Amino acid sequence: MGGVRLLVGTAKGAFVLTSDEARRDWDVQGPLFGGWEVFHVAGSPVDPDRLYASQAGGWFGQVVQRSDDGGRSWNPVGNEFAYDGDPGTHQTYDGTPVPWEFAKVWHLTPSLTDADVVYAGIEDAALFRSDDAGGTWTELPGLRKGTSGPDWQPGAGGLCLHTIVLDPTDEQRIVVAISAAGVFLTEDGGATFRPVNKGLKSGEIPSEEAEVGHCVHKIVSHPSAPRTLYMQKHWDVMRSDDGGANWFEVSGDLPTDFGFVIDVHAHEPETVYVVPIKSDSEHYPIDGALKVYRSRTGGNEWEPLTAGLPQEHCYTNVLRDALAVDALESCGVYVGTTSGQLFGSSDAGDSWAPIVTGLPRILSVEAQTLP
Amino acid sequence: MIRVKLPQHLRTLAHTDHEVHLEVAAPVTTGAVLDALESAYPVLRGTIRDHGTLRRRAFVRFYACGQDLSHEPPDQPLPDAVVRGDEPFAVVGAMAGG
Repeated sequence: MGGVRLLVGTAKGAFVLTSDEARRDWDVQGPLFGGWEVFHVAGSPVDPDRLYASQAGGWFGQVVQRSDDGGRSWNPVGNEFAYDGDPGTHQTYDGTPVPWEFAKVWHLTPSLTDADVVYAGIEDAALFRSDDAGGTWTELPGLRKGTSGPDWQPGAGGLCLHTIVLDPTDEQRIVVAISAAGVFLTEDGGATFRPVNKGLKSGEIPSEEAEVGHCVHKIVSHPSAPRTLYMQKHWDVMRSDDGGANWFEVSGDLPTDFGFVIDVHAHEPETVYVVPIKSDSEHYPIDGALKVYRSRTGGNEWEPLTAGLPQEHCYTNVLRDALAVDALESCGVYVGTTSGQLFGSSDAGDSWAPIVTGLPRILSVEAQTLP
Repeated sequence: MIRVKLPQHLRTLAHTDHEVHLEVAAPVTTGAVLDALESAYPVLRGTIRDHGTLRRRAFVRFYACGQDLSHEPPDQPLPDAVVRGDEPFAVVGAMAGG
């Protein structure tokens, strides 16, 4: 029987939710790793029961957990993220050089072809790869050392590599995004990278069109059109149709183009979802009304989706990894808020219902479509 | 035999719900106890002190015999009462909100 499994990371543990294809009733398991920040939980596209979780905290550092049975049992795997060689320095907020120092794993992206291969995006920003199902981790140093690492500065959340986009047609091609450095592309499996930020404009940096310094919040693509990338930047919703070489704005008629999250419909590569947030200092929806916006035209023309979402007194946020879609025939969409509400739609966003409303601050949501 | 008390989150991680007992060769120091602890429970590597530098994590403290030993050098011998097993060596998660 098919169904959906949601992997939810929160500030105080992880939750695994399952439902059948109707997506009306959900079994909620958790908290797993209670008391720890779980930044991200991700499943392997090759083996959906192979899950990875980033469990972290200020007290006891980083733990990476792996499940081989769909989240019923977990075991810690490798947690050593050693930078390649002498890591050198990057810049802090005021431009002062500071040494690179590992803080935590923000994002885990399992390989599209090998269940034992998984990528990790970390703070301070670097890309790591494991070829042994998380047992050991090796930096792909061309990103930091081969581009402009010493010039990178953190965003408000830290200098974090939070987005890893794999290309299903070319496994050598990986796009990563870093706050607040920008977008970087490798076409040789991570040996070398180059910045791909042409077209991004950020008023927060001295030269608006600088090669690096852009606070990119999230990038997604659709498997059937991997060279089309959608981006939620600090401000601006952007699009590239050439794999990141050139970006153009598609914010269009959004009421605000600040936000964190962006995703694509499972079956319609031109259908995109964002959650506009009032401003970069007011991290909540305009007028306290939570609205997911959907474009069926690849951007520019957006419609608010509100049915079933709180439309008053809702001053919450949706973080960069907290919107996900499933791949059932009628595409499901899921949104987790920093107030611990998890909303689901089984009709591509036309209508919504709360799944659970009292979780800890939701940091990430991933949806697995089960066979 | 050295007795080590772990905070709840590390006991959970190590799958132990009681005091940990370790054999540690003389001289019994903070560093030697942590080496033995991590050898017995590899999952604790990186959670009390950093990989590589072996620097104590900022929100972790070491207490024994009513003393805060957090800032003592790692090769400093521990109190005799800890060495005899009369008193535990406590790994403590700092009190903090959130």
